[in-house]
Amino acid sequence: MHKALRYFCQFIAYALFALVVGYFATQPAYTHLDPDKALIKMSFSHAGEHLQECRRLTQEELNLLPPNMRRPMDCLRERVALLIELELDGEILYRDELAPSGLAGDGASTAYRKFPVPAGSHRLVARLRDSRREDGFDYEQAAVVTLVPQQNFVIDFRPELGGFLFL
Amino acid sequence: MQVSSIRSVAKAAFEGADNVFNRAFTPEWNPLFHLGTLGWYFYWIVIVSGIYLYIFFDTGIHQAYESLEYITNVQWYAGGVMRSLHRYASDALIIVMMLHLLREFVTDRYRGARWFTWFTGVPLLWLVFACGISGYWMVWDVLAQYIAIASTEWLDSLGIFGQSIARNFLNNDTLSGRFFTLMVFIHIAVPLFMLLVMWIHIQRQRNAKVNPPVGLAIGTLGMLLVLSLARPALSQAPANLDIVPAVIDFDWFYLLAYPLLDKVSGQTMWMIAGGGTLLLLVLPWLPRLKRRATARVDLGNCNGCGRCVDDCPFSAVSLQPRTDAVAFSHEAIVIDNLCTGCGICVGACPTATPFRRSSELVPGIDLPDLGIKELRENTLSVTADLSGNARVLVYGCGHGAGLDQLLGPDVAVIKLPCIAMLPPSFIDFVISRGHVDGVFLTGCTDGDCHYRLGIKWTSQRLAGERDPYLRKRVPRERIAASWAGITGNKRLQQDLRAFQDRLGTLPPFKRPPHRSADARAGEAAEHHA
Repeated sequence: MHKALRYFCQFIAYALFALVVGYFATQPAYTHLDPDKALIKMSFSHAGEHLQECRRLTQEELNLLPPNMRRPMDCLRERVALLIELELDGEILYRDELAPSGLAGDGASTAYRKFPVPAGSHRLVARLRDSRREDGFDYEQAAVVTLVPQQNFVIDFRPELGGFLFL
Repeated sequence: MQVSSIRSVAKAAFEGADNVFNRAFTPEWNPLFHLGTLGWYFYWIVIVSGIYLYIFFDTGIHQAYESLEYITNVQWYAGGVMRSLHRYASDALIIVMMLHLLREFVTDRYRGARWFTWFTGVPLLWLVFACGISGYWMVWDVLAQYIAIASTEWLDSLGIFGQSIARNFLNNDTLSGRFFTLMVFIHIAVPLFMLLVMWIHIQRQRNAKVNPPVGLAIGTLGMLLVLSLARPALSQAPANLDIVPAVIDFDWFYLLAYPLLDKVSGQTMWMIAGGGTLLLLVLPWLPRLKRRATARVDLGNCNGCGRCVDDCPFSAVSLQPRTDAVAFSHEAIVIDNLCTGCGICVGACPTATPFRRSSELVPGIDLPDLGIKELRENTLSVTADLSGNARVLVYGCGHGAGLDQLLGPDVAVIKLPCIAMLPPSFIDFVISRGHVDGVFLTGCTDGDCHYRLGIKWTSQRLAGERDPYLRKRVPRERIAASWAGITGNKRLQQDLRAFQDRLGTLPPFKRPPHRSADARAGEAAEHHA
């Protein structure tokens, strides 16, 4: 092949390579979320009650223990699973039992869920049970929220601040 | 369709592309033969440009974005170009890395003694992606926001972290600037670790190249510079965790798998990624390569000259102190699990000469399943019945075009594991003894020897640039080579026909005068002195 033609072919090859790199480095755009929708993100980490109520040891029982292990209360490590419920416009959007973490089931339960919803006004109710009770919920928060398109609406849970936080 | 059929099609496709690029770039500059070295080259461009960017980069939630805006817009002539080079070289690295992996797979250069190079290359995939993803993270624009959330959600799905990492990106209030410090650390530490793995990756390759040819390097850098100026790498809108990025300009080289995270669970994604990685790791044993018999050293004929050590492409031959009473300092030793049985060491051995008469033809190093003695016998046997005035003996390797198609009344064929197994003295032998009128060499595509260095060593031996040399007395017009590869059947036939036509026009070959025993003894004494 003639030298000039060879260089021309090389130029074409480089140009094609640059075209591929330059294009796919940014294009085509990826639609991660429908631009008309908003996102409700529910995320929290919370430890439920112990599975059984703690029991106060008797003096006889304490005497049987080595002096450095004489804790007055006997508590099982396991915690209850949390029951979480999220209601959107009167319909249950999400309901789940969140098991405690840890090999012994003594850690916090965590939730991280995302719900794309149409933008606009919605009535949200969040409920959570973290006790040994069998019916009902220990926490409930309701609000009418107006979500704009692409809004990231966060539902957090912090018992020290009163329960659910709509952010 | 079976894997082998797919591989054959892919191999033919690669070879077709090789031939096109060979014409445009020449075999020396063919980028498809330098995918590995181009990977190294892009790595260094990324490192150098990254060091420059790091000087001006500021960690912090707002500072990261602002400092990059300064680099890109105010300092566009230097920092902007460096940023674009950084991005585009990273993208190009992905392309050449994937092509490199695919090429080694379809050409079956990952099994047997080559398992180590393949195996150590697999972790590099993860490291390259970790570098790229952490880099995008540091820009802290909407793409970085998407990557940060998607990546941490994916990590959280492992279930091994006490606290959810993704919770750091819940909204603007939960974000901490310390995360950027961690990202900078990762973005520096991972490439450094990657360099170590890259170094390990080439440890079993003798004469391993880490730099592409100068011409290719200049062309590639020029291409990246033009691309950087024509389409500078830019940030997207600054990240805002209160807003969900809906439509994002995507780098598909690094983020190709990310959309899958929106479709399947994190655990499923880990199973796909982990399973894919595991499959790649065990691929060299699926199935295990039926290995050729490895080379054997005959100590009685080995003087420890080290030519086989220099020529072995896989560092499978080394020298050790002499274990017998002979007065040489070293002897060659073959490391079986590194030996591919290509026979290149045999072609390098000065004792592998068919002219030897005084003793049985046993070279210092030889292949058990195709010894030099057998090669000499085959050579004499296949050339015995040739007729015509353009009798040709074709020495070809088993990784090139079909050799049987060349057979004819004036053409004989001998197949070798690699063309560099042929000691140059065999060419001298068959021509000077008048067994044939010419010798024709063929094998893999030019520049892409299956055993890495076979064509290169053969060409250098014939050109008198590498020991053992082809003697000057051998008429070069009676030797031809055609590196046609597996798809070059037609070209091979044409080249052979042209060679025979040329041979037919040459005057009859005069055998070199037979040297007397006295002359030979004199030469030997002179050589010894």
